[in-house]
Amino acid sequence: MALPKYTEPHYRIWHYFYLFICGCVFIFLIAPLFVIFPLSFNAEEFLVFSDGMKRLDPDAFSLRWYHDMIYGTKNPWGLAAKNSFIIALFATIGSIILGTVAALGLSSRHMPYKGLIMAILISPMIVPLIISGVAIFFFMAKVGLAATHAGIILAHIILGTPFVVITVTATLSGFDHSVTRAASSLGSDPVNTFMKITLPLILPGVISGGLFAFVTSFDEVVVVLFLAGLENTTIPIQMWTGLREQLSPTILAVATCLIVLSILILVTAELLRRRSERLRGINRY
Amino acid sequence: MSKETQKILTTDGIPLEESLKKAEKKNKIKAFLLVAPLLLYLLITYIFPIGDMFLRSVDDKMVTRMLPKTFIAMEKWDGRELPPEEVFEAFYLDYKILVKEKSFGKLATQLNYEKNGFKSILKKLARKQKKFKEGNYKEQIMKVHKRWANVEYWRAIKRRAPNYTYSKYLKGIDMYENEDGKIVQVDETRRVHKKLWLRTLEIAFFVTLFCFLMAYPIAHLLATLPMKYSNLLMICVLLPFWTSLLVRTASWMILLQQQGIVNDFFVWIGLFADDNRPEMMYNKTGTYVAMTQILLPFMVLPLYSVMKTISPSLMRAGKSLGGTPFVAFWKVYFPLTIPGIGAGCLLVFILAIGYYITPALVGGASGTLISNQIAYHMKSSLDWSFASAMGLMLLAGVLAIYWVYNKLVGVDNIKLG
Repeated sequence: MALPKYTEPHYRIWHYFYLFICGCVFIFLIAPLFVIFPLSFNAEEFLVFSDGMKRLDPDAFSLRWYHDMIYGTKNPWGLAAKNSFIIALFATIGSIILGTVAALGLSSRHMPYKGLIMAILISPMIVPLIISGVAIFFFMAKVGLAATHAGIILAHIILGTPFVVITVTATLSGFDHSVTRAASSLGSDPVNTFMKITLPLILPGVISGGLFAFVTSFDEVVVVLFLAGLENTTIPIQMWTGLREQLSPTILAVATCLIVLSILILVTAELLRRRSERLRGINRY
Repeated sequence: MSKETQKILTTDGIPLEESLKKAEKKNKIKAFLLVAPLLLYLLITYIFPIGDMFLRSVDDKMVTRMLPKTFIAMEKWDGRELPPEEVFEAFYLDYKILVKEKSFGKLATQLNYEKNGFKSILKKLARKQKKFKEGNYKEQIMKVHKRWANVEYWRAIKRRAPNYTYSKYLKGIDMYENEDGKIVQVDETRRVHKKLWLRTLEIAFFVTLFCFLMAYPIAHLLATLPMKYSNLLMICVLLPFWTSLLVRTASWMILLQQQGIVNDFFVWIGLFADDNRPEMMYNKTGTYVAMTQILLPFMVLPLYSVMKTISPSLMRAGKSLGGTPFVAFWKVYFPLTIPGIGAGCLLVFILAIGYYITPALVGGASGTLISNQIAYHMKSSLDWSFASAMGLMLLAGVLAIYWVYNKLVGVDNIKLG
């Protein structure tokens, strides 16, 4: 954003000040994530940069915390990771199915009480997690699903569906309904029309909603804190316990893995968004 | 010609109007059936349980069920002086059953919420009542402990007679119903909840303000830069957005600790002496810093999507009509961004007011919010009805803001990524 030549000096100063402020905010946003990378390779047990690390001495770096994460004695991370992936996977599938079907109904122009129903469907995203946690815990305890995988999966479906509903209704807002009518007039039954015509077209929205649901479930602590027993421990629960008791470098190794995972998810989501916009013929830029 | 014959008929001979109505109705049902599974699922697993929280918060049948005879006997007692012999006798009979069932501990916990000091005297009574002789229970009970001769304690029991109570809600705002049935504030030294509500509002307000002040310039930069640069910078906003909340909180714990990088930097530029490093974690500062960074993307994204639609020629027009860049910004650009500001601020405020994880980890004692209190009553003190009452009070506030948000922005306009 170059300034025109005729800009007066005090606006020039103001402009550079503005860029400086923006730079500071970007550093504030992104820098905390990058502190974790080098410290997770620390050879020592302390969570500060050792003198050796400042001199870039290769001996000051090691993979011992990653080794500890995978092979450590009484290692909780293996079980936690397994549980987290299983729960997130099923919660995502559940959210996608319920959310997509509901979004199809919601974007029909015949839908009665659209505003009210949309507000109810989105509410799990707005209501503070602690309240959701308490309410869901009471329900799961009543039906005997507390401290089970099924209970946590059902709870995460509640929290994940709003994201799917939002992304899929957004995709459907630019949807040309004449293609489905064309399919019906050519003799296709509704299920076939959905699978062959509608789904491929709204797939980017479905997948990006699914990604949100996956991340929500994978990262969720509050509700799991109420619901989980010892057998259902997840990565966030282990991190929460670790952070409360003692911040160990092993947690940083786990955190680094999670950041790498989120970079992968971000790239996927961005690619999907661009593809979806191209398909819908919306040019944002 | 009569009106009937003027109507247009379909090929089946049904009036077109009717046929259309029928089709419309069919479509309505079809659309509703698609939404029904999710709606039903949420109603059963989510909305009704929140309603259940309300029942739980006002339910007070537990004590009523444990002391049935006592409350019947108490109906005639006016509560001014010590209750008559019948009340003592009924209480003795009820309590004997509770001791036999070994459930008198529950009664002690419940009555202790009402008035401190019940636990010890009930325990003592449980031991002594085995040797009670028939008749004149009043004197025998009063002999167990001098508090049994204090009318205050009997009034406290009587207060638990109704099946439903709103006392948990009063407790949530540091009020209680005193002996005369008036609603008064608790002692100044014990007014913890009001302080907590105010602190929650204060922290949510300032976090929203900080987010706004930081997000506005960068959203503007992102919206005005050429695409190849803005895409790269957008990643700086989106990556934290996609990263685990606990990871971000952990990194702030490392940065803000006393030997952490932020403190090192302060010492290096000479702001603080090395032996006088400020505490930046386990207090309000920690909560502010970490929550602002975590919620910042939720402010940037709505602002960005509004700013993106503002044509740059408007600013040029403002300048060419004689306004300085500042005037042009203030009179032309800023008013156009107000919808984005409203959306972002409401969203951040809603999210901040119910925050739990980050304050619990970096907030210490002075930086925790109302959510932390709810979690404490759910997990430690096990006063679930109080936790429910506090949760519903918080929920009422959040829903009020949600309603405003819905009116101003519309829930279907929430931007994700």
